[in-house]
Order: sequence, then C-alpha cells, then structure tokens
Amino acid sequence: MGITRVLTGALLALGIAAAPAAADSTPSPSASEDGQAPTRAGTSFRTATEIEQEQQATASGSTGDYLYWSFPADAGQRPNVRATVKLPQTHTAETWQLDVYDGLRRRQSCQYGAQTRTAAEGTASVELACILRTVRSWSEPWANDPLPGTYYIRLTVVNLADSDLGQPVNAEVHVDSKGIGGSAAVDGSLAEPLVPGAAVKAEAESGSGSGSGSDEDTSSKSAVLSSLEPDDGWSSGWWSDRWVWTAVGGALAALAGVGGYALTRGSGRPTRVPPNV
Amino acid sequence: MLAALTAGIAFPVGAVADETEQAAPKVELVLDVSGSMRTADIDGGTRMAAAKQAFNEVLDATPEEVQLGIRTLGANYRGNDRKTGCTDTAQLYPVGPLDRTEAKTAVATLVPTGWTPIGPALQKAAGDFGDGDGTRRIVLISDGEDTCQPLDPCEVAREIAAQGIGLTIDTLGLVPDAKTRDQLSCIADATGGTYTSVQHKEELTDRVGQLVDRAADPVVTPVAIEGAAQCAQAPSLKSGLYTDREEFGQQRWYKVDVDPGQELRASVSVAADRAVNPDYGVLLRAVTTHGREIVRGEAAGNGRTDVISTGLRYPKAESDDDTATAETVCLQVTNSYSAAAGVKTSPGLPLELTVDVVDGPSRASDVASFGLGRGWWLLGALVLTGFVAGLLWGWVSRWRVAVWRTN
Repeated sequence: MGITRVLTGALLALGIAAAPAAADSTPSPSASEDGQAPTRAGTSFRTATEIEQEQQATASGSTGDYLYWSFPADAGQRPNVRATVKLPQTHTAETWQLDVYDGLRRRQSCQYGAQTRTAAEGTASVELACILRTVRSWSEPWANDPLPGTYYIRLTVVNLADSDLGQPVNAEVHVDSKGIGGSAAVDGSLAEPLVPGAAVKAEAESGSGSGSGSDEDTSSKSAVLSSLEPDDGWSSGWWSDRWVWTAVGGALAALAGVGGYALTRGSGRPTRVPPNV
Repeated sequence: MLAALTAGIAFPVGAVADETEQAAPKVELVLDVSGSMRTADIDGGTRMAAAKQAFNEVLDATPEEVQLGIRTLGANYRGNDRKTGCTDTAQLYPVGPLDRTEAKTAVATLVPTGWTPIGPALQKAAGDFGDGDGTRRIVLISDGEDTCQPLDPCEVAREIAAQGIGLTIDTLGLVPDAKTRDQLSCIADATGGTYTSVQHKEELTDRVGQLVDRAADPVVTPVAIEGAAQCAQAPSLKSGLYTDREEFGQQRWYKVDVDPGQELRASVSVAADRAVNPDYGVLLRAVTTHGREIVRGEAAGNGRTDVISTGLRYPKAESDDDTATAETVCLQVTNSYSAAAGVKTSPGLPLELTVDVVDGPSRASDVASFGLGRGWWLLGALVLTGFVAGLLWGWVSRWRVAVWRTN
C-alpha cells in the first residue's frame, strides 16, 4: 500500500505540475481552496455532508442541531476525528458528544480521545476527539470491526439547559488518519466497500452504460447516498508490505543456507582426504 | 486531482438545473405576521422589519433550481373573533419558479396584523407543495406560540411528516421565551428539522439562507413501505432506501432475496420524533424463513438523541449447485423506545431502512493477507531455518563423498 500511495502521489504531483490552470491556483494540493472545504453540515445520515480526509470542514448551526458529516476510510488506516465547537458568549454548562458510525450505521467505538465533554458555563469552545480502531479489509460478518467504506460523524449536544436551545454555534471538523501498514493487513476483502447505496449505484451505472454517458455523468446527476472515495481510490487489497518482509526473509534464508553450507566445506579440501590423493 | 475535484463539485449543481429527471427541491417560507411582530426588539428595528430584510436577501441568493413559495399567517384578519383569526393564513407567493421582483413586492406589502395560527398554516403549507418527488422544506419564522389551541401544531407537524415523504420543518424563533421555544423545537423535532433562536438580523438572514441552500442539495428520497407483523406477509425489498413508521414496541418485518455468492447489507435507523424516555435501543435481525437467526445488529443508547441506528451484513456462501436459488432473508426491526404517559403513540416513529445486495466478499483463508509473514521474528526464523538447512546439506554431501571414497 505504501508503494502504491507513493507512486500515485508522484503521478499526481506530475499531473498538477503539468496542468497550468491548477499550478497557478494553488501550489500545493491542500484543501485550503475556498471551493473545497465544505462549510455546512447535514442533519441526518441521509443528508450528511461529504468531506475528504485532511479537510477542515466548518458549519454553523444551532445548539441542539444534530450535525452530520461523512468521510471515506480505507483498509490500513486508523482514522482520527477531531471536532471543535465554538459556543455562544453566554451559556450554561452543556455536554457535547462526537459519535462515529460506519457505512452500516453501526456505532464505532473510539480507542482514545475525549468523545464527550462538558463545557462549563461561559466556556468559549469545546474540543472533542475520537480515534477509531484500524480499518481492516475484511472481517467476519458477525463482527462489527471497522471496514473500508463511508464513515459518519455526528456532532451534537447531549445534555443542555432548555434556555440554551437554538443558540448559534460554529463547528469545525477535521479527519486524518494514521497509516498502520502491513501489520493490519488481513486476508480477504469485500467486493464493494461499505458504502451505502453501493448496489443502487452499480445498477444505475450498468443500466446506462450502454449509452454514450460515462459513469461520471450518471453518478453525479442523481442523488446518491454516498459518492465519496479516498483520493487514490479504494485499495484493491492485495498489496501490503508483508510481500516485502516475506521476500526479504526468503532471500536472507537463502543466503544463510549458502553460508551454512560453506561452513561445512571449510576452506578448500576436506580434512579426512589425504593430501596425496 | 484538483481539476477532478472541482469538476466533481461543480457538476451536481449545474446538472440539476438543466436536468428534469431530478425533481426540483421545494421550499416554503412560512412567516408569522401576527400583531406582535410589530415589537421593536431586534437590533433596534421591529421583528417584521428584520424578517422583511432577511427575506429580501434570501430571495436574492436563492439557488436557481429551488422552487420557493411564501405563506403568511395572521396577515389579514384584524378582529377579535378567534374562529376567524385562527383560519387566517394565506399563500403570498405560490411554490414554483421564482420571480424575485414579484416575490419581493409581495413581501413589502406585509403589515403585522392578527393571530398566530401556526397549526392551520402548517397544514395548508404542506398542501402547497403539490405532487412530485423532490425534497420539501418548510421554514417557519414565528415570534410567539400558537394562539389557536387545541390544535397542537406539534401534532400537526408529526402528522404531516407521517404522510409526506422528505418533508422537513425548520423553525426560527424571534423571542427567547420558554413557551415559544418548546413549541417551535417540538415542531422541528417532529419532522427532523432544526430549531434556531434568533436575536439579531444577521443571524436570521444567514440561517434562512442556509436552510434554503440546504434544500438545494440533491438528496435521495426514500420509498415509503409498510412492514408486516410477520415474515410471511412482509413486503419484498430490493436494494434501495425505504421509510416506514414503527410504533413503540411494534415489530416490523421485511423480506430480501439473496442469491448465492451475494452479500446482504441492511441498516436501519429509528428516529425519536417526540419526547421519549432517555434509554432506548434498536434491534435488527436477519432470520431465515424457518425462524433461525442468521445475524443481528443491535444498538442501545441513552441521553438526548435524534436517532438510534444499527446494521448487519450477511454474505451468502457460493454454491456449486447451478440450480441453487435465491434465499429469502427476513429482516425484523424492533425498537425499545418508550415514552411517558400522555405522549401520542401514533403515527409511529419514523424508521429508515437501507438495503444493499452486492457481490459477496472473497473468503479469508488466513488471518494475514495471503498468509504472508511480517516482522523480525519471521526474518530470524527464516534465516535460522536457511542456515540449518545449509549446514545439513553440507554435512550430508560431505558424508556422501566420504562414503563414496571409502568404497
């Protein structure tokens, strides 16, 4: 996965350097451009605003709103979701919570991070974090391990005084992830990432595929439940650095074998053979 | 990548405008024009002036594809007769393609006048949208509680949500008093909308603009279905997004056909659209037609919530037999919401179900990817094995040479 990512990165860098329009707009492909970072949030799973990893999404809302975003996470990544809520100037103590759900709307546990925090009266902001488990490429159907696909973030106040309801707040959400690499490379893979509406989307694409339209047309015109994928597409799942370890291990074993063999031969002739033979 | 991203972002917006297959999103602004709107407590101006200014700015910024309408409540009847006052709601501008000048002129004529019949206004507003699929949104701006009891606007909102699909009511309160807040937030919760308390002109403009923009986002409209009490009578579902209603303690059954080698993915969320007790849960079971449970998804929670959701996956194994037919999997949804006495139990809680039948996953034959190894222990073990093998090979060949020489 590391190598593919490096290669794609290099290709992308080449592509950006070659495209004059892109080159003079921003020098780096960071999500700082105005049009890119979403400035709103959805209000349900169905309407969740899609964000990419590494993007700083912002939204203004009211205390008591349920703010939803969704982001893609691929196998081998350990997503780290951070949220900051800027509270109104005057408020009483209120408890905010960050929940993460997977593509099947199952709640995902956080390994570390303050998922729930109470902002004391008058505090200007509250910061929340959730570090998920590592996303695996496969798990048994009865497990709820994180799988590649869409993840939903829900940010809301879970405990508040009635008088604070409806007060304006601003929220910022940022998702990045740590590449865990080969130590998390498991066998097996899903045919489709855990993206809601995957089957419907596939049908729509195959149905209109005979016409002139490219699949880009059909997928973006009609509303879909989730249209996100990682920057470099979903990983096919066959590559991991286990191949390197195993190959290097094999080569070292061969060398050691040759060494061991050479040791038994000594230098030159065997000792028990008389020199005059 | 930049080019691809901008293309991806720009596409849906442009596409909706010239593409008729995606139904146009419809928004109706419902404005309270009751006598109390004359109060001058928003940034020094009257509430009405703030609302008018907000409307003007929002009308200018409304996205092309949104069909916008305006309805007033309490705008015409001055008298004291409660019965007449409580039917005083009129459509100021019909929901349809927006003529900005006309709409603005209509708004300019408004003068704060009468009662606050929120309930009847919502009922009428729901009828203003006509037929069609697209998303529908009502934005209600009010400065006081409904003066036309016993028709509870909150119940009205819940009933509207139960009959129409994808209709959301967002409410904005212009006074921060407890009664107005409770009523408006109840209306919002009943339809999955939001409640905002507004104290400044700018907030009002921003929020209304934001809500109208939100309506312009293309959203998948769920298909309304009705689950059965038993699997045998359950409706058969294909991949898609569905909505249903489920009362407290009720069971809902659905059926899905899964071919060998395919995987069923189902997720369900049950929303709390009324005051419920703070401990709740949802259970989704996949059951064979004979009643054996295959897999389940369960979730429980406590505290304030909009929804509780869970999901499950069921990959049906490949079959060598070519004649193998699809298996019918029954999905059972139950919830453990409860409510205090006096809370209405019907219509039931909104239930959303997504079903995806996709190709099955490839089986894992080992824990590690392709059974490959990794780490220093692996290298150590391989080097040691190689070394020992080399030694043995060397000794064996020496011994063979020695034996050959002695013979």
